[in-house]
Amino acid sequence: MVATFEPKQEYRVIGTRPIRHDGYDKVTGRAIYGADVKMPGMVWADALRSPHAHAIIKSVDTSEAESLPGVLAVATAADMPALEGKEVDLGEGTVNFKWASDNILASDKALYAGHVIAAVAAIDRNTAQEAIKRIEVEYEPLPSATNVAEALADDAPVLLLDLQGNDLGEKVSNTNMAAHNRHELGNPEKGFEQCSLIVEREFTMQMVHQGYIEPHNATAFWDEEDRIRIWTSTQGAFPVRKQTAGLLDLDESRLKVTPLEIGGGFGGKIPVYLEPIAAILSRKSGRPVKMVMDRKNVFEATGPAPGGKVRVKIGVDDNGKIIAATSDIYFEAGAYPGSAVGAAEQCVFACYDIPHTRIDSYDVVVNKPKSAAYRAPGSPQVAMATESVVDEICEKKGWDKIDFRLKNAAKEGTRRADGPIYPRIGLIETLEASQKSPHWNAPLDPDPDNGRKRGRGIAAGYWFNVGLKSAVNLSVNEDGVVSLVEGSTDIGGTRASVAMQAAEVLGLEAHEVRPVVADTESIGYTDVTGGSRVCYATGYAAFIAANNLADEMKKRAAMLWGIDVSDVHFQDGVFSSKTDPELNLHFRELAGKLGDTGGAVTSTGSVDLEDAGGGFGVHIADVDVDPETGKTDVTRYTVVQDAGKAIHPAYVEGQMQGGAVQGIGWALNEEYYMENDGVMANSTFLDYRMPTSLDLPNIETIIVEVPNPIHPFGVRGVGEVPIAPPLATVANAIHDAVGVRLLETPMKAGNIVEALEKENS
Amino acid sequence: MTTKTVRNVHVRTTINGQEMEFLVPPYMSLLDALREVVGLTGTKEGCNDGNCGACTVDLDGRIVDSCLVLAPEAEGKEVNTIEGMATPQGLHPLQQAFLEEAALQCGICTPGFLVAAKGLLDNEPDPDEHRIRHWLAGNLCRCTGYDKIVRAVEKAAKA
Amino acid sequence: MHPFEYVAPTSVEGAVKVLGEHGERARPIAGGTDVLVQLRGGRYELDAIVDVKNIPELMQIRNDSDGLEFGAAVACYQLYEDPGISAEYPGIIDAASLIGGIQIQSRAGLGGNLCNAAPSADGIGPLIVYKAVAKITGPNGSREVAVEDFCTAPGRTVLQRGELVVSISVPKPPKGFGAAYERFIPRNEMDIAVAGVASSVQLDSSGHTFEASRIALASVGPTPILCGYEPGSSGYDDPLAGKSVSEDSIAAAGKLARGSASPINDMRGTIEQRRHLVDVLTRRTIGLAVERARAAL
Repeated sequence: MVATFEPKQEYRVIGTRPIRHDGYDKVTGRAIYGADVKMPGMVWADALRSPHAHAIIKSVDTSEAESLPGVLAVATAADMPALEGKEVDLGEGTVNFKWASDNILASDKALYAGHVIAAVAAIDRNTAQEAIKRIEVEYEPLPSATNVAEALADDAPVLLLDLQGNDLGEKVSNTNMAAHNRHELGNPEKGFEQCSLIVEREFTMQMVHQGYIEPHNATAFWDEEDRIRIWTSTQGAFPVRKQTAGLLDLDESRLKVTPLEIGGGFGGKIPVYLEPIAAILSRKSGRPVKMVMDRKNVFEATGPAPGGKVRVKIGVDDNGKIIAATSDIYFEAGAYPGSAVGAAEQCVFACYDIPHTRIDSYDVVVNKPKSAAYRAPGSPQVAMATESVVDEICEKKGWDKIDFRLKNAAKEGTRRADGPIYPRIGLIETLEASQKSPHWNAPLDPDPDNGRKRGRGIAAGYWFNVGLKSAVNLSVNEDGVVSLVEGSTDIGGTRASVAMQAAEVLGLEAHEVRPVVADTESIGYTDVTGGSRVCYATGYAAFIAANNLADEMKKRAAMLWGIDVSDVHFQDGVFSSKTDPELNLHFRELAGKLGDTGGAVTSTGSVDLEDAGGGFGVHIADVDVDPETGKTDVTRYTVVQDAGKAIHPAYVEGQMQGGAVQGIGWALNEEYYMENDGVMANSTFLDYRMPTSLDLPNIETIIVEVPNPIHPFGVRGVGEVPIAPPLATVANAIHDAVGVRLLETPMKAGNIVEALEKENS
Repeated sequence: MTTKTVRNVHVRTTINGQEMEFLVPPYMSLLDALREVVGLTGTKEGCNDGNCGACTVDLDGRIVDSCLVLAPEAEGKEVNTIEGMATPQGLHPLQQAFLEEAALQCGICTPGFLVAAKGLLDNEPDPDEHRIRHWLAGNLCRCTGYDKIVRAVEKAAKA
Repeated sequence: MHPFEYVAPTSVEGAVKVLGEHGERARPIAGGTDVLVQLRGGRYELDAIVDVKNIPELMQIRNDSDGLEFGAAVACYQLYEDPGISAEYPGIIDAASLIGGIQIQSRAGLGGNLCNAAPSADGIGPLIVYKAVAKITGPNGSREVAVEDFCTAPGRTVLQRGELVVSISVPKPPKGFGAAYERFIPRNEMDIAVAGVASSVQLDSSGHTFEASRIALASVGPTPILCGYEPGSSGYDDPLAGKSVSEDSIAAAGKLARGSASPINDMRGTIEQRRHLVDVLTRRTIGLAVERARAAL
């Protein structure tokens, strides 16, 4: 039974913009991130990585490296537990153990350039780097397949010989297609027969990276009791513990994971890469071992977002209603199965109420790093396709782009194409706010006099958000300040947004609740900071813990006043007697009188939330395109989004702006550029072109608040939605500016010029 | 050919107003020397090739990527890092503005942005938005979309 | 990274000596923004790095009636923050102010840009169109090499064992001279040119006829390309000399420059895109150069 809440209008703390608790440490350089960790006796390790995209590893000779002065230990796949055929639960369902282990340290095959073959621990970083050059590996290079078309070709090299593909329930072997799923609603073929306009387009998208500024890192110490301590920058300490224990075939409680500050993740810092290697090297060297990737490693061998192909076909009738829609989604899983294609199915038609739909999805292994989550995984790619086609339909029919979306918008009771029926959602309100926005109502400036063409685009996007498990512990200090211990690592201000929810319940100021992110032995199990879930789920746990704390404080007040606890009332931070108006104490005052009432007042809140309530956003972009060079600049940008309830509006805006800008980078320039030999050519921040401050305007934000009925304060996740619409928003703006519709990402300058030439010839 | 075949170099320099001496391998970057030898880990490594600005420090009055400075080059120079920005009297107006304007999310790029922005305001007290965006183009931020960073610098300039 | 020594000589002779001893195993650094990245990327190994910033001749700037001469270790910002140089050599400043970001410009300079000899170098084309000369000192004395003859292949130059570029000398532009550099990059900063074009024009006193011109291309060949010139030869086929300043003549120069380009396909751009950009950028830079030339009449 899911509890529902009536939205409150007035809050004391929620909706304000206090300075975040961890802010001072972060503006002074004091905050300790994973790479800043120092331990007595600590040594450094580095990894040897495959230069080949696909090769059989015939032999690995580490003797030269081992004899280099300063080298303390060497690790290869032979040091990983061998559990052939075993399935292991690494936190995201069960996975083939060999594949999971091989992704950490390759045993028989290198499946992507950058795949770790061996690692060395040495007295300092440079010695470790020099030592790995002395490892001799004999490879037998194989042909590689780095995109969906190559991997599904008849003569494609097969990456995983033990992969059994699942083609709509049929088992397939000798394939790179790991899975093919289908969802069907109504009768799309019949539906299309009723349509007066059908538009079908196929979009090709390149793999992209989350691009967090902090490289992956891990420090591990394997002690005499066979206990392993790990310090790392991660989106989830408990998932690191689960994955590392699973990979090393150890009981979880042997591991203690301490999450350090984390320099961005966006989904990419959920899987482990270095932790098991550092642990093995620590066991072999007896020292704490630290590993930090370089930027090239991060690009080549962590978990980017899949590229692939998305085909979308949408049919409308003359009344402006979408009657039928189909989609075929092919995603690059990377070297092992498990792309975000399942999430993409849920998002592709999520904005619309469509009676007849079919969605086919394909998960395809390719010689690239295993893909991981990236902010609303799968949604930006399918939104690019759907929202481009919707834009084209509106243009062809001469329909207003917001009116059309309003007419077809998903709302409470709509069945999403893959099955679920929506609870209360805020897409209509978000579209209405977009329609009223200053940006949408401002006329597009005339083309500038430098030959550039100006255009405006709009698109919508969706993310379902997740709930999952969170735990919060509270304790009351004598001065009334409450300590809050949580397991959610704080990537973008969640200490503040979680503490504020506890403060709201307790009648305290935001700074009177002091949040601490704890290690795996100091708080109950908490899932990752991901799925836009922390403010929602950990905030919910804080709400429960705060209410439990207030209940305990009521007992203490009753004890002090010598009255029955049922006579104690608590509101707005004040405990009072329901019968004696003389008896009232503020939380802070009561906290100072707890001395002889039975020891520390503590409480706990924990949740496991199945539902989260989805979020929708609508983006508007103005661009200038230079038709001679294809250079595209975003000149104005507005993000409109339903946040349910914005706990700390400044950080909600920050999520909206940051997500939009990642999407703009994805739209225009970011890509894994693969050479013919299957190696990524642009594995630097120089050539993997993320937006700089000079590439962007200010990002305007409009927060819509349609409270989420299943959260005590109405919160919806906000972090992921804003990366869904930008690809299509920019594509639609480019089309408005120069009249060509790009069917690919990135929409590079050269491609725009080429499309214009094709259009003009 | 171990890494010990070259002798360490003695470097005397002033860091955040404090004269100090240290020994480093001659090939060590100023970034690594600050982080690993001096113990100032506020300066961050993001790319180690001069494209993200996370390691920005002030070297004799100019902002530089400390990953592209060899530690021995700091001999006789003045290095100012994020750790030297606040004084016992309080935060620098830029630090205060970053907090008030929510100009940081994960915070890893924040030291580099603050040192870079200080380099701007020290010489140009009233830059416009375009100048701020131009000056900060060597610093990548992946979380904020830059909006709140630019506004914070504007606010600090007016403070 | 292979361990190397750090040497910081205070004289040209000192630098030449160390460079001569180590040959290919030593390199000078000024800003270090290319060499350190290449070392970390494993492009080559060194036994010694020669920091040339303590050598006075490599740090001097002279701007007078003979022209501009700046030491090979002078950083970009020292040029563009100098109001005199900015006013008189805007085509060089175009490049100096867009190499890297502010942090890079604090360290990197045009001397290093030249010696790094990247096909994509932003700074070399402008020096070529200003007829700049590299002043070189080595174990066998000093010599001068025109910038258009300096680069021989990607990362390769005319420098012999022990030789060091001491300074770059740019003749004083006469009246009626104008120059400009533009490159195409997908972002607005912090990128490598997909293609770049530097153009200079010498107009007659009416401002309507080209007396001479130079068009130099970046990122479209193994070395910077001076259109109408074979490196090492004495002949120069001026693309615009004698023609009137018109859209037609400028368009023809664009076509000619496009034909001079011999680009490759890579992650930064395609052959066709680069040829097209050379055409566009040639027209744009000649237009700007003419504007500047007329302002200087």
